[in-house]
Amino acid sequence: MVHGEAWTLKEFFVYPNEYIYWSIQIVMYPFMTGLVAGAFVLSSLYHVFGVKQLKDIARFALVFSLALLPVAMMPLMLHLQQPQRGIYVMMTPHFTSAIAAFGIVFTTYGLIVASEIWFVYRQFIVETVLDLRAKQQRSTIESLQLLLYSTLSMGAMDISPEALHKDEKAVGILAGIGIPVACFLHGYAGFIFGSVKANALWMTPLMPVIFICSAVVSGIALCIVTYIVTMELRKLIYKWKRKNNPRLPSTEELKSAELLTVTMTAKYLVMFLVLAITLELLDLIFRTYTAVKSWDILRAVIYERDFFKIFILQYGLGNAVPFIIFLRKGLTIPRAVVGTLLVLMGVFMMRWNVVIGGQAFSASFSGFMEYQLPIWPSSIELFKEGLFGALSVIITPFVLFFIVTRVLPVFGVKDSH
Amino acid sequence: MDIHKCVGCGLCVKACKIENDVDWDANVTRTWVERYVVTKGSRDKDGNIKPGETLIDSPKGARDGFTSQKIDQAHMGLKEVNPDEIAKAFFVPKLCNHCENPPCVQVCPVGATYQTEDGVVLVDRTWCIGCGYCVMGCPYGVRYFHPTLHVAEKCTLCYHRLSQGMKTACVDACPFGARRVGNIRDPEDPVTKIITSEQVNVLKEEFGTKPQVFYLGSSMEVK
Repeated sequence: MVHGEAWTLKEFFVYPNEYIYWSIQIVMYPFMTGLVAGAFVLSSLYHVFGVKQLKDIARFALVFSLALLPVAMMPLMLHLQQPQRGIYVMMTPHFTSAIAAFGIVFTTYGLIVASEIWFVYRQFIVETVLDLRAKQQRSTIESLQLLLYSTLSMGAMDISPEALHKDEKAVGILAGIGIPVACFLHGYAGFIFGSVKANALWMTPLMPVIFICSAVVSGIALCIVTYIVTMELRKLIYKWKRKNNPRLPSTEELKSAELLTVTMTAKYLVMFLVLAITLELLDLIFRTYTAVKSWDILRAVIYERDFFKIFILQYGLGNAVPFIIFLRKGLTIPRAVVGTLLVLMGVFMMRWNVVIGGQAFSASFSGFMEYQLPIWPSSIELFKEGLFGALSVIITPFVLFFIVTRVLPVFGVKDSH
Repeated sequence: MDIHKCVGCGLCVKACKIENDVDWDANVTRTWVERYVVTKGSRDKDGNIKPGETLIDSPKGARDGFTSQKIDQAHMGLKEVNPDEIAKAFFVPKLCNHCENPPCVQVCPVGATYQTEDGVVLVDRTWCIGCGYCVMGCPYGVRYFHPTLHVAEKCTLCYHRLSQGMKTACVDACPFGARRVGNIRDPEDPVTKIITSEQVNVLKEEFGTKPQVFYLGSSMEVK
């Protein structure tokens, strides 16, 4: 069986070699990079533009974007037919290809995020090292912690007010550079699709901008929902711990802080959501109005075959419903959770409708291809390009976030700004 | 490609599969033949005009020729057409267009797909990472993944034969002279003379790929 045959159903006339070659992992790739870029932009709103209300979620979003970063590469590695040669993109980049920029953009972005986190956490790292050093007796875990934090400090132990002020400046500069790089990282993912002239649905100069806007929307949504989950867990933990330590913040205090942050962040979510929807609708209206050669087949895909996926799941449940939820006065935590989850589903469906929808018709414009997502992983290929492969990509950032926050906690830490 | 001469026997597809060791039963092929059946328009009971339709198929890439009059509509089954309703029918052989401005070469992130000095587009099987961007970038659907090597695969214009002064396997196998190959840079080449002096067409010119496969007797229905 040739690659793609297992999940492609052809109807009418499709060229013999045509299959759905870019499947679920290529849906996951822009979805995950979008989350990375969005989380970073959210953290920068505080670091660069000084939106004070976002202080609490900014650190959270920054660490989350670090946890998401390696995962942006994961779907690509699972998709490549020769993953062991993936490094060639970095070693012998062919710069006329949009994908060739991946290595450079990804590395630059990774370095920016890592450096920014280092500056944000430097005070915490140094204080931890000093605390551990001051201890007379250290357990094995504490000795390991000392080794880890000493390495992370990289010998920069100065935490005088002047040094911390410099850290603060560095964070501002890095976050400032990070915004265009994050947008570039994701905009170029849009360019990969938008520049394929052979594909009538993908080819539009709006694609990179649409991708960036929906990326920010999804990144903010994921940060909100993860923030809420983490805060709920904190409430439970504090409730239990408060029996021994009554000085800990009360559930009510935590609740009001949580709602304030969520309401504020949701405002930015709505702003980017409006921008994303406007651009997507502009693209659709433009295609309908100009009705070029490919329009007959695109119309059949958009308004008939994929109607449910585009207009019900993406625009309806994924955009319109959360829009109403967030705009109605008196946002509550449960409503915010529903809204953000729907937004995430909507952005995922947008990726799906672009990637899979773009392959739903033959380049001959005389036939259709239907994608049947492989469920049971009966072979490595069906695992990689199936439901379980996609689920492992979704789960990994949360596992990484858990591990990273063991070292760099996101709550109750004084930072250098 | 002379569409007037092609009878859809599929010998070119067979020859290509044997010459280039393309898996015999795999549902991919370096070259294939399409059958076009265009039906006449008709009037229904109320006198409304029903336009004719174009039906296209290429079962197994026409490896075994076209043995049935029914049109293969893939998952939609076989469609029977009343011979009296057929306005015109013809066969169109397809292969890589070895474009002068190949999008597949442009999009390859590692340079594994390249153009030789004499204009043939090839794939370095030892360097392809298998991302599929070239497959997506080709408007003609000539590329696929090799079933066992798992790298991008396509027609090489029998480069191993051409470079030895031979013709491609498909050209040699065609009993009707529907396929011919020549050196377009040589104005005295018989194929170049046909291209420069007769009414020829290329596929999907609008993509700006400058395809190097020229069709004699092509029709507007050809995709």
